[in-house]
Amino acid sequence: MSDRNRRARNARTVEAVMKVVTGACVALVVGAAVLILGKIVISGIPGISLEFLFSKPGMGMRAGGIFPIIVGTLMLVTLTAVLVLPLGIMAGIYLAEYAPKNIVTRIVRLSIANMAGVPSIVYGLFGLAVFVLLMQFGKSLLASALTLTCLTLPVIITSTEEALRQIPSDLRQAALALGATRWRAIYKVILPAAAPGIVTGSILGLSRAAGETAPILVTGAAFFLPRLPDSVFSQYMSLPYHLYVLATQVPNVPPEITWGTAFVLVAGVSIVSMIAGAWRSVQRRKVKW
Amino acid sequence: MVMSAALEEVTMEAPLRLVEPVRIGAASAEKVSGSFALKDVSVAYGNETVIAGVNMLVPSRAVTALIGPSGCGKSTLLRCLNRMNDEIGNVRVGGAVTLDGLDIYQKSVDPVDLRMRVGQVFQRPNPFPMSIYDNVAFGPRTQGVRKREELDAIIEAALRDAALWDEVKNHLKKHAFELSGGQQQRLCIARALATKPEVLLMDEPASALDPISTQQIEDTIAELKDMVTIVIVTHNMQQAARISDQTAFMLRESMDQPAHLVEVGETKRLFTNPDDKRTESYITGRFG
Ligand SMILES: Nc1ncnc2c1ncn2[C@@H]1O[C@H](COP(=O)(O)OP(=O)(O)OP(=O)(O)O)[C@@H](O)[C@H]1O
Ligand SMILES: [Mg+2]
Repeated sequence: MSDRNRRARNARTVEAVMKVVTGACVALVVGAAVLILGKIVISGIPGISLEFLFSKPGMGMRAGGIFPIIVGTLMLVTLTAVLVLPLGIMAGIYLAEYAPKNIVTRIVRLSIANMAGVPSIVYGLFGLAVFVLLMQFGKSLLASALTLTCLTLPVIITSTEEALRQIPSDLRQAALALGATRWRAIYKVILPAAAPGIVTGSILGLSRAAGETAPILVTGAAFFLPRLPDSVFSQYMSLPYHLYVLATQVPNVPPEITWGTAFVLVAGVSIVSMIAGAWRSVQRRKVKW
Repeated sequence: MVMSAALEEVTMEAPLRLVEPVRIGAASAEKVSGSFALKDVSVAYGNETVIAGVNMLVPSRAVTALIGPSGCGKSTLLRCLNRMNDEIGNVRVGGAVTLDGLDIYQKSVDPVDLRMRVGQVFQRPNPFPMSIYDNVAFGPRTQGVRKREELDAIIEAALRDAALWDEVKNHLKKHAFELSGGQQQRLCIARALATKPEVLLMDEPASALDPISTQQIEDTIAELKDMVTIVIVTHNMQQAARISDQTAFMLRESMDQPAHLVEVGETKRLFTNPDDKRTESYITGRFG
């Protein structure tokens, strides 16, 4: 048999093997995801009831519901969104549209990318030192939201910048050639076109904020506080920290309470992503290039 | 060098060999404007000078065609006229470009105002991702027009001038991306016209289009030249010959020297009896 035939046969074998190997890896990942989600759904659903969602915890958190915890999480994430979205999106716009192409810009961009890799407990310690102690916000919703703002800022900035870069420069040129200022071109043409990407990045960043435990643990989340926070300077309860408490700090919690709490957190984050996904696909159908 | 002596002394009164179009009725009362004079214009990207020593007049209410081989700087020269080169980093424009006597590169000129007077249509149709109406309304709204009736009137007039009105008048709310390529390009022309420019720059506006759409664009240009000055870049010799009144031929003879203007003159004359041998070679397709 000629050399060329042998090489062709080898290539076919490698092709077949690689297809199986890569496919197996995907199967493994999907399997793990199904297992995790399956466990949360199967063990969590029995705990879900209107009473569970809308009442306070009782009997040392071994009974009752998680209403203050849900509300605390919502308040925390909303406050974080209010702080981080304008800041992050504006910074992303500057980097994509206005920043000069020089070494300083490159360093700034690199630093932002590195910020995304800093472990969340480090943000927690920073928040404790700066927002809780130095700025004297105390352990509070505000201190936690500011800490989560620092944590999610890199994700929001980077995804905004990326989304803006996806927009063909034709559109920018067209707007400028009509006598629009840069800001008008951005505001009227580029931002709307980039909105789906920016929303995706924002949801991703805020989902991460909603699930963080370490940074809020040291900046304001309460172990147990059955009333609702009454100002941004109050402490609050929150789903991820509550889960941690139920799983490790309180003996004999009925499993449907622990898993029910986990289910609410996962379902909340998923529902928001799904709504964003649906809106995005409607947008995509309208806008294509 | 073929640069005629008349061009050395660039003044508004030097009409080249062109006759201003005869204007009748009310229109004749208004001042005819929108003429460019370029004096010793050069452009450098970084430290590479790509165009140098361009002297020419762009007469008002006529079509000027820029022709020349790929990479000779036609688009670059065109972008000097509405200062779109400013939007590209590291570009330097030398010499003087005047629009009706006003030096458009002097400090007091805001490119934003200039671009309302000098519109541009690009090679690839680039409508905004919004409705047909909002596309055309973009310019007037930028200029501060808010009243609905006023906008409606401007938009209808612009779409009529771009020969698109009959096709879209019943679905102005439709998304611009639902139009065909040729319709999109005419929409871009309408969008540029809606700012009521004195000059319209067109960079190969039909090169991405089929023959029928190309024909429609050419017809539109013929209609428009009574209203605006047009400067068009084209690779298509027949097109340049058909639609333009004046033609300018640019050439970059080697990569280590900048491109220059070989010849500029009345289209009919340039295509039948060019002054320069290089012009002749180019228009007869011997190079480029
Ligand atoms: N943004 C830019 N940065 C650096 N160099 C550029 C830039 N744009 C154009 N050039 C260079 O300037 C020269 C002229 O380019 P230009 O696009 O003006 O040519 P053109 O005549 O329009 O060509 P074509 O017919 O292919 O469109 C080319 O050598 C090109 O490489
Ligand atoms: Mg070009």
